[in-house]
Amino acid sequence: MKLLEDILVLDFSQFLSAPSASLRLADMGARVIKIERPVTGDICRELYVSDTMVKGESTIFHAINRNKESFQADLKNANDLNAVRKLIKHADILIHNFRPGVMERIGLSYESVKELNPRLIYAYVNGYGDEGEWKDKPGQDLLLQAVSGITWLSGNDQDNPTPMGVAVADILAGTHLVQGILTAIYERLTSGKGALIEVSMLESLLDFQFEVLTCFYNDGNMLPRRSCINNGHAYIAAPYGIYKTNSGYLALSMGNIPQLGKLLGCDALLSFTDSTDWFNKRDKIKTILQDYLNNKSVTEWLDILGPADIWCAEVLNYDALVQEDGYKVLEMEQEVSIGNQFLKTTRCPIRVDGQILKSPMGAPRLGEHTESIKREFDL
Amino acid sequence: MELPLKGIVILEFSQYLSGPCAGLRLADFGAEVIKVERPKGGDAGRRLSIENLWVDDSSLLFHTINRNKKSITANLKDPDDLRFVRQLIVHADVITHNFRPGIMASFGLDYASVQKINPRIIYAEISGYGKKGPWSHKPGQDLLIQSISGLTYTTGNAKDHPIPFGLAMSDYLCGNQTVQAILAALIRRHKTGKGALLELSLLESLIDFQFEYFTTYFQSKKQPKRSEISNGHPLLGAPYGIYKTSDGYIAIAMMPLKKLNAAIECIELNKFTEEESFKKRDEIKAILSNFLLTDTTAGWLKKVQKHDLWIMPVSDWNQLIQSSTYRALNIEQEFLAGNKKIKTTRCPIRYNKQYFLSDKPAPKLGEHIDEFKREIVK
Repeated sequence: MKLLEDILVLDFSQFLSAPSASLRLADMGARVIKIERPVTGDICRELYVSDTMVKGESTIFHAINRNKESFQADLKNANDLNAVRKLIKHADILIHNFRPGVMERIGLSYESVKELNPRLIYAYVNGYGDEGEWKDKPGQDLLLQAVSGITWLSGNDQDNPTPMGVAVADILAGTHLVQGILTAIYERLTSGKGALIEVSMLESLLDFQFEVLTCFYNDGNMLPRRSCINNGHAYIAAPYGIYKTNSGYLALSMGNIPQLGKLLGCDALLSFTDSTDWFNKRDKIKTILQDYLNNKSVTEWLDILGPADIWCAEVLNYDALVQEDGYKVLEMEQEVSIGNQFLKTTRCPIRVDGQILKSPMGAPRLGEHTESIKREFDL
Repeated sequence: MELPLKGIVILEFSQYLSGPCAGLRLADFGAEVIKVERPKGGDAGRRLSIENLWVDDSSLLFHTINRNKKSITANLKDPDDLRFVRQLIVHADVITHNFRPGIMASFGLDYASVQKINPRIIYAEISGYGKKGPWSHKPGQDLLIQSISGLTYTTGNAKDHPIPFGLAMSDYLCGNQTVQAILAALIRRHKTGKGALLELSLLESLIDFQFEYFTTYFQSKKQPKRSEISNGHPLLGAPYGIYKTSDGYIAIAMMPLKKLNAAIECIELNKFTEEESFKKRDEIKAILSNFLLTDTTAGWLKKVQKHDLWIMPVSDWNQLIQSSTYRALNIEQEFLAGNKKIKTTRCPIRYNKQYFLSDKPAPKLGEHIDEFKREIVK
């Protein structure tokens, strides 16, 4: 039996945050029905990125929405809304990520759908919570990164604030939403009661920073200081960072500086015997290291450091990574079908009972399952 | 509130961040999380500090990750201690560990052995790179996983070195995915009585994290390119990124150039069509970078206000904590450790309009061993 077999999810959400949650639920065995508005559907269908599309829709949409069904409904139309309300009676989970107030206006607030289905788990993501000066601001990933303070942690000291180049607020909010939903489903098994689960992208990014924020709360509100060069983590001593060699890049994490100097044959590092200097003088140490590491290739350095069990790795891009046996053995790739076409994407990262979780079902066409769902549930 | 995971017992053999941050979340949901630590020193995370901040014998960092848990010590190479641990396992619901592959088996605590004494056990293990293949015995350290996963080519600008995320992305994400898997397995167990083996790795978590990039890469066969200036996301066109103003920084997300132009009146932007926002993004971003230096952050925000554009100021933590939004979130909570009041963050999930709060500090090494020895005797 799949972990989440027989669980029905109605997903009203768009873009990435909450849809990434329903993707995870689908991969663990739940049935996910996207409720999409006519004509455009999930706006993400039209979110063209760079120049890569599949069947006229963005690859990103297909990555996020594989393994889901699509039910088209105009929530401002009484008949459609009625059908959706009927469907809600059969659902275990309802997900949305509208701005505050939208579901209330449609008549699908938690209070009103709870009457239809008291066992329903009603879960939503918003940007900034329900109160305060930003509550109606767009819950967009870069903007959340900007206000959360997280942009002061990556890049070097003189750089502009540097956002993380993946939609980290969206993905973490989706991850936390799944945690809340599944906890509530588990609790419902004994209590029979539904629940309301709320996650904001801002809280998710604060939780992601929980270690360094706790530091900030208890050190008299000192702001993080990125190292001037080769910054890897604002709070960690040298050598932590990525270094250029004369061919390729080398990642070095924690290590004893004189020992590193000895192994590399870099005499200038031998005098840093006081370990508190590894933090206090990290810019100086990193500068020495960077100059020195330019003398050889990453492979040559790895041949020296690897056998000594120094924590290091070659920095790979996708072209290099996908060639590696260490990547291939993971079997992270899967193909899903979209009509008569196949799309290669990644799979769920969780293995259950020794099995990887795959599903060949691609993202649905807008409204692809409207009729069959109407018949099935007699809507 | 009655906590949803009340009655669930978790034995945490994990150290540092990945497994322990999973234990923290489950503890906040109401599970009883018991750290099983080696007698000498315990979880190595106890000795790992940032900013040299200490609470007692253990670092503030350890206290942050391990509040609301209990601790017993056990030398897993000692038969008596191992017998005690196996007795605990009989009564446990969940085990988490993040040892390198093979270590738990060497104690006789791999899934197959544990399943024999408790078939209902949910056994979650976190490795660095999976259990097979040439990398399986490499150190599963966050920066190294980031570097191998391709992630470092998403951040920073085109001419920069590969730039890592300045937080332990793989540890944190993998720990959070472990929570998802454990909860889903608890749900199945309630219906079927069956336990589960759950395997995750830091590397698979980071590949999953980049699923949009990988999917795009598989179709285009082209390595994503960071923009030359103000890179925010390599797959997105101008203006997406962070820009310097005369007194600070602002973040500008995706929007039609025309709409941006109407708000900030940057005439030079007129010559670009929408289709060029990706192809000519470096050129457009260069123009914007210069132009945005001509006014303050507040000035720009005022100009764009009525246009409903996706623009926000860039804050540091001091600016953030002064906002009414931050204060309304009530994200801070306190616990008492030793005699020190420690302020930290709470669980980010709200449940029936309530927060999951706990003022229990992290345990001292082995603090609860007598309690569990007595229980086992009973």
